[in-house]
Amino acid sequence: MSWLHTMIVIPFIFALFVPFLYKFFTPRIHTGWFVFIVPLLLFLSLLKYIPTIAEGKTVYHSVPWMPSLGINYTTYMDGLGLIFGLLITGIGTLVVLYSIYYMSKHRESLHNFYVYLLLFMGAMLGVVFTDNVLVLYVFWEMTSISSFLLIAYWYQRKKSRYGAQKSMLITIFGGLAMLAGFIMLSMITETYNLREMFNQVDVITAHSLFLPAMLLILLGAFTKSAQFPFSIWLPDAMEAPTPISAYLHSATMVKAGIYLVARFTPIFGGNAEWFWVISSIGLITLLYGSINAVKQTDLKALLAYSTISQLGLIMCLLGLGSAALYFGYGDEATVYAAAILAAIFHLINHSTFKGSLFMVVGIIDHETGTRDIRKLGGLMGLMPISFTLTIIGSFAMAGLPPFNGFLSKEMFFTGVLNASQMNIFSMDTFGLLFPTIAWISSVFTFIYCMILLFKTFAGRYQPSKLEKAAHEAPLGMLISPILLASLVILIFFFPNVLSHYLLQPALIAILPIFAESGGIDVKISAWHGWNTELFMTLGIVGLGTFMYIYLKKWSGVYGLFSQRWTLNAGYDFAIERMERFSEGFTNQYMTGFIRDYVVYIFAVLIVMLGGSLWLFDGIAMDVSNDAPISLYEGGVVVGMIIAAITVPLAKSRLTAIIAVGVLGYLVSMLFVIFRAPDLALTQLVVETVTVALFLLCFYHLPEFRKATVPMRFKLTNLIISIGVGVIVTIIALSANSTRLFEPISSYFENSYDLAGAKNIVNAILVDFRGIDTMLEIFVLTIASLGVYTLIKLRLAGRD
Amino acid sequence: METLMSFLVGILFMIGTYLILAKGLLRIILGTSIISHAVHLLILTMGGLKTGGPPLLGLKNTSYTDALPQALILTAIVINFAVTALFLVLSYRAYKLVGTDDMGQMRGNADE
Repeated sequence: MSWLHTMIVIPFIFALFVPFLYKFFTPRIHTGWFVFIVPLLLFLSLLKYIPTIAEGKTVYHSVPWMPSLGINYTTYMDGLGLIFGLLITGIGTLVVLYSIYYMSKHRESLHNFYVYLLLFMGAMLGVVFTDNVLVLYVFWEMTSISSFLLIAYWYQRKKSRYGAQKSMLITIFGGLAMLAGFIMLSMITETYNLREMFNQVDVITAHSLFLPAMLLILLGAFTKSAQFPFSIWLPDAMEAPTPISAYLHSATMVKAGIYLVARFTPIFGGNAEWFWVISSIGLITLLYGSINAVKQTDLKALLAYSTISQLGLIMCLLGLGSAALYFGYGDEATVYAAAILAAIFHLINHSTFKGSLFMVVGIIDHETGTRDIRKLGGLMGLMPISFTLTIIGSFAMAGLPPFNGFLSKEMFFTGVLNASQMNIFSMDTFGLLFPTIAWISSVFTFIYCMILLFKTFAGRYQPSKLEKAAHEAPLGMLISPILLASLVILIFFFPNVLSHYLLQPALIAILPIFAESGGIDVKISAWHGWNTELFMTLGIVGLGTFMYIYLKKWSGVYGLFSQRWTLNAGYDFAIERMERFSEGFTNQYMTGFIRDYVVYIFAVLIVMLGGSLWLFDGIAMDVSNDAPISLYEGGVVVGMIIAAITVPLAKSRLTAIIAVGVLGYLVSMLFVIFRAPDLALTQLVVETVTVALFLLCFYHLPEFRKATVPMRFKLTNLIISIGVGVIVTIIALSANSTRLFEPISSYFENSYDLAGAKNIVNAILVDFRGIDTMLEIFVLTIASLGVYTLIKLRLAGRD
Repeated sequence: METLMSFLVGILFMIGTYLILAKGLLRIILGTSIISHAVHLLILTMGGLKTGGPPLLGLKNTSYTDALPQALILTAIVINFAVTALFLVLSYRAYKLVGTDDMGQMRGNADE
């Protein structure tokens, strides 16, 4: 176990203690203060890795997990993983701090909240620091599950449950598709390790499973990162508490899909399909998200759609940048590699400004009791700090200086402009679409940023519509968004520091061809002169302001689209249909009658055993080694058959019980004949006690009723029991006639030397297989306790 | 003898299964009891019948019957006894509580 392994495990281990901490210290100390230590410690220890990673080194550790299956728990850290690790722990720290003030320690079940949060943190660290695809898959699904639990945190609300189910169904579906893709990759490369897969890119590219594997893995990435048309789960995920929305659903978990795409770029990048699928889906998502965000009235829904749109932007950049691998190392590759750099840069920027915006929206919700922009307004004077933070966040999101969003937005424009000049992948035909759609989306982005800012803080204050009188939040709640907002500004002024220590190493991880040159020579700067990108931004501000002012005039356009044909309506329809279908199907065979279930079991027994005997040609009959039958033995067997047949035919309970008793005694006769004195003795004793027990109990049970079973049932019963009888006979005959191994009992015949016992059976029971016997006594004890309680137990109000 | 035993085991299994498929609790218990007898005989038959003397070293036989199946059956007999006892008391208790021993009427609640 290396420190990297330990870091992944720490959140899980700490989660075990959270319920106790909650129990002992609530309400004196908010549980969050204990949890706060975990991400802080992890963040600080991750900071130590920055210089190592910046030098171009990587960290690699392996611990065998299931060696027989070739599954090792391998951790690996490069520039890409480190950025995600820092985001997970850094924003995690701020979110936990924020949640201490957001989640009331008197009303909320904090232990659940923090256990889920730590579960997520550990799983997410696992996703970004593991090198084994199967381990990655396990952690990946764990993030889906913890996200599900957190969305459904207020599970009393119907909408929370709906949103949780939706996110779970979509992301787990994608996760399973991704697993299939992983398995295909490992079938091609015969390894589960990413590092080893990277060495076999040629083999993978040439293989016929290349395209299916690629599409399946992308399905996982797109569902997780809420790309169109899987984006529908993200707005409903906003039912989670706001710290969670800030953490999982904007800063970290939804970026897992981005991580996956970036991680697999060395394998799939440079191919036309990879380029087209990612960049076009990203572009569509960017447009879809930004247009939909404008019509939202709930602040969190607005932010959710804006997150979808921004994720689309990053995805699109990753798609465009993957072209760099087509060219190999060189100047042309550098041009497209800049798009990858922009993607990583925007990823960090988005986490900072979106995180702070979510936290501010949480503050507004907390202090006014609503997030509806129709009720809000005029908070500028009442909440000046929140107002300032919103200016920083939304201007950064709109891509205005002096905030970090401006830099990455300009780089995005450079990327799409370069892509339109591309002469590969038939880009010369569609190239111009990229800058056009990017520009239109950015206009809408600008509009929703202005809505977020001005509809909330400008305009008329309407105290009558608010649940509480608005006032500024406590300082503790403001610390986290203030820190994030100051990062937004700091990054604008010192982008190249960030670039040197974090972006370039991550770029090398995504595009290994630049490993030797140590990254690409791109200086991020705010001023490039009067170029196309700047004019695009100016155009956005101009048109965006115009459209925002006349929003009322044209927003009616949104009403033109029918609500019946939305993606959500399709999802609801499908879910409802599937529920009804599976309910009908399940009710068909889950009847609630024990008899039916027993019938299934026996039917499966007949079909499986009989089928495999027949298929593998296992039926055999060989009577040559049989022992001779004496008249006496034949008599005992006939007696047993008669006794057995009496039982189902018996009219009275007494006859049936006595017949079973006779059968038992005859069995012990057989034991005597077959040289098994111990068995015979035990059988005699047990049979006597059992019959006594039956006679004691039957008195309390009702008489045999005249069978009211329909003929059809009786016939099925008969057929099934005959089937079972025949199958068992065939198995017994075949097993007797085919001896595959020599008996091992000659070993036990040395029991006197080995165990000092002359009775071999007893020696086996108490010596050779002593633990078996001990457990058998255990079963007896449990059964006797059960009998005792069943007799003594008094159900309240019943007896 | 082994062939005869195989048929006996088959017949016992058939009758036991038929009883288990019945509705009355007592019949079901009797059915499990018969099936367990059948299983014991099946194991014993698998080990070969009458291939030597009883597995007691003091008797100075030259060969012994297979002792391992016997040990297994001994365990099985005792466990079977425990299960039957528990099952009987459970059915007694269930009858007292529910007022029927008909499996067709013991169906749990609709929302389970």
